[in-house]
This record gives sequence, C-alpha cells and structure tokens, in this order.
Amino acid sequence: MARNNTLKLKFDSARKYAPAPESRSAAKIKDQYELFINGKFEKPLGKKYFDTINPATEEKLSRIAEANEADVDKAVKAARSAFGVWSKMVPKERGKYIFRIARMVQERARELAIVETLDGGKPIRESRDFDIPVVGNHFFYYAGWADKLEYAFPNRNVQPLGVAGQIIPWNFPLLMAAWKIAPALATGNTVVLKPAETTPLTALLLAEIIQEADLPPGVVNIITGAGATGAAIVNHPDINKIAFTGSTDVGKIIQRAIAGTGKKATLELGGKAANIIFDDAPIDQAVEGVINGIFFNQGHVCCAGSRLYVQESVYKEVVRKLKDRLETLIVGDPMDKNTDIGAINSKQQLDQINKYLKIGVKEGAEMYQSSVDLPKKGFFCRPTIFTNVAQSNRISQEEIFGPVLTIQTFRTDDEVIEKANNTPYGLSAGVWTDKGSKIFNMTIKLRAGVVWANTFNQFDPTSPFGGYKESGYGREGGLHGLGAYVTLSNVV
Amino acid sequence: MSTTTINKETAKAPKLESVQSNGKPKTRLEILKTYKIYIGGKFPRTESGRYYSPENAAKEKLANVCLSSRKDFREAVVAARNAQGDWGSRAAFNRGQILYRIAEMLEGRKAQFIEELMKQDATKEDAENEVVLSIDRLIYYAGWCDKFQQLYSSVNPVASSHFNFSVPEPTGVVSVIAPQSNSLLGMVSVIAPVIAGGNTCVVLASFSKPLCAVTFAEVLNSSDVPGGVINILTGKISEIISYFADHMDVNAIVFCEDDAVTQKMIQEKAAMNIKRVVLYNKINWQTENGQSPYFIMDTQEIKTTWHPIENIGGAKAGY
Repeated sequence: MARNNTLKLKFDSARKYAPAPESRSAAKIKDQYELFINGKFEKPLGKKYFDTINPATEEKLSRIAEANEADVDKAVKAARSAFGVWSKMVPKERGKYIFRIARMVQERARELAIVETLDGGKPIRESRDFDIPVVGNHFFYYAGWADKLEYAFPNRNVQPLGVAGQIIPWNFPLLMAAWKIAPALATGNTVVLKPAETTPLTALLLAEIIQEADLPPGVVNIITGAGATGAAIVNHPDINKIAFTGSTDVGKIIQRAIAGTGKKATLELGGKAANIIFDDAPIDQAVEGVINGIFFNQGHVCCAGSRLYVQESVYKEVVRKLKDRLETLIVGDPMDKNTDIGAINSKQQLDQINKYLKIGVKEGAEMYQSSVDLPKKGFFCRPTIFTNVAQSNRISQEEIFGPVLTIQTFRTDDEVIEKANNTPYGLSAGVWTDKGSKIFNMTIKLRAGVVWANTFNQFDPTSPFGGYKESGYGREGGLHGLGAYVTLSNVV
Repeated sequence: MSTTTINKETAKAPKLESVQSNGKPKTRLEILKTYKIYIGGKFPRTESGRYYSPENAAKEKLANVCLSSRKDFREAVVAARNAQGDWGSRAAFNRGQILYRIAEMLEGRKAQFIEELMKQDATKEDAENEVVLSIDRLIYYAGWCDKFQQLYSSVNPVASSHFNFSVPEPTGVVSVIAPQSNSLLGMVSVIAPVIAGGNTCVVLASFSKPLCAVTFAEVLNSSDVPGGVINILTGKISEIISYFADHMDVNAIVFCEDDAVTQKMIQEKAAMNIKRVVLYNKINWQTENGQSPYFIMDTQEIKTTWHPIENIGGAKAGY
C-alpha cells in the first residue's frame, strides 16, 4: 500500500530552542513544613524531619515533618471529632466549602505548578497545563455533588463512611490529593491524607488553602512521612476507609492488613497498558499518541502505554517514525517551558528504571535511546524503546514506571487481544484504527478500566478511572467515584 | 444429556421384607438419587472419591454427597473461565431469556424441590414459600439482565473534545459460598446477580442441606445455561474455602455467613490477586431486601472508553 511515509521528519532545530525557564520567584517555599492536624500546623511529636529535594538539581527544597504513630493517632482523632460536624452539615454548605477550595487552587495555580515541578521533576508545561488545572476542576466537580447524592444512588439511603485514610503517590502529587479529598468531602467523610515522601510540598500548600478556606478544623488533616507513616494510617483502628494509589505490591499488603477490620478500600495500583496500532490507523497521530502515552510525566504514570503492539505490515514505518520523534524530545530542566521530559522523581526510581534497562538488554531485546545529552546533575533518563521483545520478557510483564517502551508485533485482532490481556494488570489500554467497528471490538474485549481509542492518557473529573484485576478496585472520578466513599442502605 | 438421568447408585440397600419369595419386590423398589457435583455442564463424582452423609433433624440420612476437593474446585474454575468469554459477550437479552428459562424449569420441578426441602427439615409451608420465592427471584434478575447497564452507565461530559462513556462489565470468574441456611433461595439469590451480569461462577452448596443445590444443577442443565457458567460443588466449607479465596484465576468471591474469622481469612487470601470480596452477612433472602440491582453491581467493573471528536472547520450546527 502506498503511503505518504517516505519523508523523514525534520526536526533539526528542535533542540536549539532558547531556554524559557519559568520564574522560581513566583512561588515561595518555606524552610520547614509541619503537620496539618485539626486545622493547625503542628510540630511532629517525634521531632523528626526529612528533606525533600529537587530531583532535577538534587538541591534541598525544604525540611518536612515526619509523622509517627502518635501523630497519626492525633490526626485520626481530629478527623473523627470533625466527622460529626462535617457529616451533619447542610449538604449545600458542605459543597460551598469545596467550591472555595476549587477557587483558591485556581487563584494560586501558577505557584502550585511551580512547586509541583520543583518538588517532583515533571515539566512545568505539564504541571501548568494539566496537573493544577485538573486539580481545581476536580474540586469544582465534586463540590457540586455534595447536595445531590440522592440522585446518584436511586432507591438507596446514602451515608458517609467516616474517617478516610488516604495515601497518595509521587507521580501526580496534588492531582492525586484532589482525586482523594474531593469525593471524600463531598460525601461527608473526613480525611487523613499522606502525600508521598518525595513530593510533599503541594499537599502542604493545599493544607494552607484548606486552612484559608476556613474548613472546620479536622475535616482535612495532611500529615507527611514515608512508609511507616502510611502503615500507621492503614493500621489505625478508628479509620473506616483506606484509599491508596501506588504499587500493586503495597496494595496487596494493604488489602491483607485491613482484612477483618471492616475497613473499606479503594486501590488504584499498577499497570502495564497495551497500546495497539492497526495498519489502518492514522500512523502519524498514532505515533504522537504513543509518545504521549509513554513519555507523559517521564512515564511515571500507572496507566502509561508501556507495551506497544504494532500490526506487522506497518511495524517498520511505526518504529522509524517513533525513533525520529524520540530524537526531538527535549529532556532536561523541568522548569523550562520547552521541556518534554523532566527529571525522574528520585534516585531510587532512576535506579529502578536503569535496572530494567539492563534486564531488557540481558533478555535479548534491542534497546534504542535518543541521543540527547542529559544534564550533569539531577536524575534523568533518556527516552527508551525496546524492540525484539518477547511476551514473557520481564520488561514487557513488569511495571517499570519510567520512559521505557517495549514494542511487539501482531497479525490478527484475536492475537493482539490475547497478548494485550495477558498480564495480571488491567488499568488501561489504547487502540489506534480508523475503523469504528474494530474500535468497539477492541475496547469491549480489552480487560481494562480505561480504554482510549485514537487517543491516550486523557483524564477528566467527570470520567471514572480505575482498574480491573490486579490494577485494583474502586473508581475515582465521575459519578462512579462517589461510590467509594458512601455506604448504601435500603430505603425504609 | 448427562448421567443424572441414569440413577444407578443406591444409598440404601433394599429392605428384606419388601422382597417376595419369587425375588420380585412386593411394591416397586424406589430408585434413589445419586447426588453428584456439577462442573462444566457435566455431573462427575468428586475426583477424590470421598463422600459425606448429611442427616436431617430426625437423624435420617439424606444421601451420600460428594466431599469435593481442591482439584474439583480447580477444574470448576477452568470450566468457569472457559465459559466466561462466551457468556459475558452474549447479548444481555439472551442472558435474560436463559435466566427466565431456569425459572421455567424450576417451576416445572417445584414438587421435587419442596420434597427435598421438607426432607431437610423445612415445614411444608416454608418449603413451598422458599421454592416460589426462588422462582420469582430468577424472574426478577432475568428482567434485570438488559436493564442494569442503563442505570449504572454514564456518558461523561468531559471538558476536552472527546466522547466518553462508562459502562459496567462482568468482573470475570466469581467463587461463591452459598448461604448455609435457605439452601435453595439463598443460593439462587447469590448466583442470579452474578450470572445476570455476565460472570461465571463456582458455587459451594450448603454443607448440611446440599440436596437442592444438586437438583438445581439438573435444572440448569436443562435450561440452556451453557456448561461452565454455573458450577456447583458440595463439601465442607472449612476444607476448601481457602482455595475459593486464593485461586489466582478467580476475580471475586462472595461469602454470606456472619463469621468474622472466616471473613478475615477470605480477605487476607483474596489479596493474593486483588480479588474483589463481597460479604453478604445478615441479609434476609426471604425479603425484598434480598434482591437488588446493586447486588449485580457487586461483581461488575466500570469501563470508561474515550474517543476524540473531530473539530474542524468553522461550521456550527445551525439547523
């Protein structure tokens, strides 16, 4: 078939963009942050602090309080006593508080975006244009639900669960906080939230916003720390609900830990999404979609399209175009508005990615990386694709959580459905084809909670997100996201 | 048809006084029924060769019933997995027809179920009530098969130029520990929402009152329910429940007893593969509260599908 694919894309000037750094001065980061408990910033009872650094420069940004079991207990007690007030508040008033938070996030959007990028390493373009706007939208969306819950669950009485313990990851720090806090508050629950230890800053700025919004003390408590703090939340006897986003391994530990306690859970865990290109797909768009699917946020995305399946007849064309496009990606200073791929979130994560690169090569796959120069300091990884990958290879089975794509081929629909579903995960999937009936055949048969057809990595507050199989259970976003924070009983 | 129609086995030996001197029975000798398990549309005995003999309150032996093993369970899961793709992708309308057909078959064999329930200590009135409620429950869920999706789906008004919708889909293979009391109604009440939603299941029947479960399998076998969609085992909960909870190819487990120790064990083992755990304790299956489309949703996943909407040109929809 003749295709308009003979031209090599020319991006020679791509990396000659002049630097366009966002100004750091638009955001202020304090030297030290305390725990936000019962509406006040309190020193940790264990008197311990840890540093949070900028992964792009390895410079220390701030000292963060480390919550121990006693702090967790204090936060849970505050949330418990606030639950009485918050759950009984006239729903429309509850909603107005959440609207306030939404507005204040929007007002402070630039500052939040800068801090998000400094603390986590993601490109400012993404925190400015995606993370922070969606945070505001998410609060805005759920605020409106607060006084409409009886319409969401026909023929049922709707009650909040109580105190929600929420543990969130470092890949979308503030966005994940919004995903957890907004529906919990709208349904009348109170919250103890712990951001990840490498990215605590924006959650603490959100604590300031919540304080300024004058939420009743204890309705939202934000405490910082690492795994031990998270475990103290999971194991606290007076928590009614655990909402966790993170790895499948930790998700399993949590599910075991809360067995028999009556605690409800939402688990949003790992993924190894298949992104499938058929030979009738608009190839240039598909290539863009694949790039966005795996390199968005350095590939630190649980729903990243990390396994590419290309129909044999277009394989060479797709791989060549991908390699061309890879060369144009700007890797470097996350604060630069031109940057496509920022810093890997932590040294630990970079080691993890590098470990998988070695495994891939050892397994016999062919590794291709762009020739971009990486900054001398900070944690960076070249965008990487692996070809000649076997279905059983660890790089195509395990979640790498970095800018690493594996590519395999297929011939028939049935073959690719089987390959795509052949993983314990089931979070997301993508399919590229111009044929409508084929899209629906694929989207119905792919066992994943979110399926993108001719697009990838799209998110919206109204759109439920969550996994099948070992990618977890429960949904976040949309009407279905309310279900995770309520208990339903028969109307009598 | 399967082997059920050939009831070769006898649980009791014929009594001597019923035999005449010429060797012919005085009255016709009753054919006793063999209670076997139901896997993949067939009625095998347990591979373990083991059995137990439950008794009713009057200490009468009910039957020799299969004491199913781990291997029986595994085989049932294989059958359920093989059947799931077809069952889950059938037209919802067709699933509704088949559930209705089960109810029809059950209606036709009402007398047999009433007799079995009475043999297992129910009063005539309770037995009759349980059977008609079971039939009506199947009709109730037959009707839901092609309706619950509309209630729990949504078209999501996303802010970007995409068409986006969310629909329920079956979780997959579900293991079910049927309620120990209400051996027929309880079992029907937990199986029906699971299969109405396109899942397949492996069910462990009531231990002390297993008769109706096996007879219900015969109903299923003549109701156009594809083999493997519902698999029914008999046996001891304590012996095989852990396999129901930790099998890696089971997506969800339903447990109905108010038993905190077992609930905890199930939840712990379910974590092996992030299995969905559905606990129905203290539900009175004899009331209206024993049926609801929300029960169907307990073994459903929500799938969200996105597609871009092309926005080209300046034309507005002006007509």
